[in-house]
Amino acid sequence: MANTVDLVWLVVALPLAGFLANGWISFFRPQAKRAVSVIGVGVLVLAFVVAVAVVRAAAGVEPAWFFVVKLWTWMPAGNLVIDVAAQVDRLSSVMLLVVTGVGMLIHVFSVGYMREDPGYARYFAYLNLFVFFMLVLVVGASFPVMFVGWEGVGLCSYLLIGFWFTEKANADAGKKAFIMNRIGDFGFLVAMFMIFDATGSLSFREVFESAPVHFAVGGTTITLITLALFLGCAGKSAQIPLYTWLPDAMAGPTPVSALIHAATMVTAGVYLVARSNILFAMAPLSSAVVAGVGALTALFAATIALKQWDIKKVLAYSTVSQLGYMFLGVGVGAYTSGLFHVVTHAFFKALLFLGSGSVIYALHHAYHHTHAHEDAQDMRNMGGLAKYMPWTAGLMWVATLAIAGVPGFSGFFSKDEILARTFARGAEAPYFYVLWGMGVVAALLTAFYMTRLMLYTFHGPNRTGERERAHLHEAPWVMTGPLVVLGAGSLFAGVLNLPEVLPFSGRLEHWLEPVTEAGAVYLPEAHLAHGTEWALLGLATLIAAAGMAGAWRILKPGSLVPARVAPAEAGWRLLLSRKYYVDEIYGALIVRPLVWVSDRVLWKVVDALVIDGAAVNGSARTTQLVGWIGSRLQTGRVGAYVLLFVVGVLWLLRAVAGQGS
Amino acid sequence: MLLQPALVVSAVLFALGVAGVLLRRNAIVIFMCVELMLNAVNLTFVALAQQLGPEGQVVVFFVMAVAAAEAAVGLAIVIGIYRHDQTLDLGNINLLSG
Repeated sequence: MANTVDLVWLVVALPLAGFLANGWISFFRPQAKRAVSVIGVGVLVLAFVVAVAVVRAAAGVEPAWFFVVKLWTWMPAGNLVIDVAAQVDRLSSVMLLVVTGVGMLIHVFSVGYMREDPGYARYFAYLNLFVFFMLVLVVGASFPVMFVGWEGVGLCSYLLIGFWFTEKANADAGKKAFIMNRIGDFGFLVAMFMIFDATGSLSFREVFESAPVHFAVGGTTITLITLALFLGCAGKSAQIPLYTWLPDAMAGPTPVSALIHAATMVTAGVYLVARSNILFAMAPLSSAVVAGVGALTALFAATIALKQWDIKKVLAYSTVSQLGYMFLGVGVGAYTSGLFHVVTHAFFKALLFLGSGSVIYALHHAYHHTHAHEDAQDMRNMGGLAKYMPWTAGLMWVATLAIAGVPGFSGFFSKDEILARTFARGAEAPYFYVLWGMGVVAALLTAFYMTRLMLYTFHGPNRTGERERAHLHEAPWVMTGPLVVLGAGSLFAGVLNLPEVLPFSGRLEHWLEPVTEAGAVYLPEAHLAHGTEWALLGLATLIAAAGMAGAWRILKPGSLVPARVAPAEAGWRLLLSRKYYVDEIYGALIVRPLVWVSDRVLWKVVDALVIDGAAVNGSARTTQLVGWIGSRLQTGRVGAYVLLFVVGVLWLLRAVAGQGS
Repeated sequence: MLLQPALVVSAVLFALGVAGVLLRRNAIVIFMCVELMLNAVNLTFVALAQQLGPEGQVVVFFVMAVAAAEAAVGLAIVIGIYRHDQTLDLGNINLLSG
């Protein structure tokens, strides 16, 4: 059985091979689109199949299976020995399946969406490279190996956000994502140094097994380590204060938004916290910070999503908000719930993004036919699309019901579980009741803004334009097919981990127990009475219904006008639609001072005067001066040289004679 | 034994050589003065070899061989200099002046 598990390297290597092949094609045969599709999608299908085989083989080994497949030694440096090794356990196997599975669907969708793009081969090369790095991140058996993937997905994110780099806004968005991520990565690096300093190892197994020996529960070291780790998570997973890159990341192609900025990369932070659950469990303060930031982000981003007109921006803020839920979950010690939400969210958010992708695709084509230059992403230009795109509309409703938390859909179970576990911790400190309240309000807003999105996009009168209407039609099957699969996932993924009061409850909980039990020792026993649990389920249902019904009652899609003629926003609507001016505040507080210091101090003083002036030109001038002085000795007259030579010899002789006597 | 006079003669010869190199300006004369110094040293070696064994005489042969080679190269350089500058007065040749 273990032999099949060893094949995990193949899961990782396949997308890398795809990247190399497609990268080659993008340089030398950029028009070979059929080959690119076969390679790009093929490697993902194969990777998924191998991943399923690996997980099946591993799952056959009882009881708590845990495999570390060592490939080679990477850095033998004194005490520090780092192996390139893959870790297959219950946590990484869940992520393996999600990344390859959802990734595969999105690759298929991309075949349709990107068909006419001149950079088709380059696009698939990047997409394959991304999946490779994501898999490295997931299966890495030590912090440094995970960090390679962690950095790599940041790089791919940059490449894909700026995919259409000829427009400056896109290139800037890519840079923003990269820099924000780098700020977070700094935290990750510091955490690694501190972990090595404290435990003398960086492999997950050794660090986690020896953590109780090296750290005191609630001690300063462990708190600092986990806070630094969380800074890394906040960068990668778009939490306050580093969340601003994610909405801008929508500049990339829509399937990229689905793959990177919804389903996989941004969940890396949640994965890291769940992976290091024992460290976070030993640092209650850090965990409280994680939960607090998560709840705050969930609420904050949800309010912004209320007033966005760009369909992808709504989904982007929704993603930030849902990531907040996941951090709330892992912050209160409900590691399984957080990961459960990662899985369900991967399905319904990928579905939402791909659905919005096929809407944008349809609008883009309609406008393209009539040579109109309208915004294909602005919801004010949509409306009534359900008539033209019934499949997309129906499937996006499924995803909307899932994210809004309507009972029976996957999102209901995962979100409710996070809220229930937060509520359960309330008995220990009222702080958690506050977080729970924020989560509930965010859930209400989620139901509201998602219904708003659906109403404005698919219902009411069509605002696309008279001439364009004839060209609106459903996307090809290669795009709707993956949507159907994701729709099924959004519907049924909830059964993975049903609440305790229902039959077949807690499968994922049991599945992940070998991973989470390490941290569970340090967490207070938080258990809800069945009555309370039913009450919370009822409340969640009510909240979802209230949000959706409220949107239905308040919003009037009929009174909207196309973006071109829409009036300007004012008051609180302006505040929300401008995202609380956070970008402007960051610009004024951080970017402008930084640019000023870089320009006036670092460039014109340090670089131009000190380095160029004093150091480079100064040393050259000094050398020149000394050389000129020395050159005065070179008279060119042989007699002078000989005289000096003779004097020197005599002087030496005298010295030798003096020594001898 | 004639050691003392031999050493005196060789010292005088050497001093003459040094003085010649320092004072004369003609390249060939300087060259001959160098040879003079070499032979002064040879004389010292031979004189001392009487007392200290034959190694000194071996060194003399060695010096002679080197001096022959040096004379070949040196005279070639002198000819080269003359072809280039039409003079052998080293006071006029100062290409290395800084």
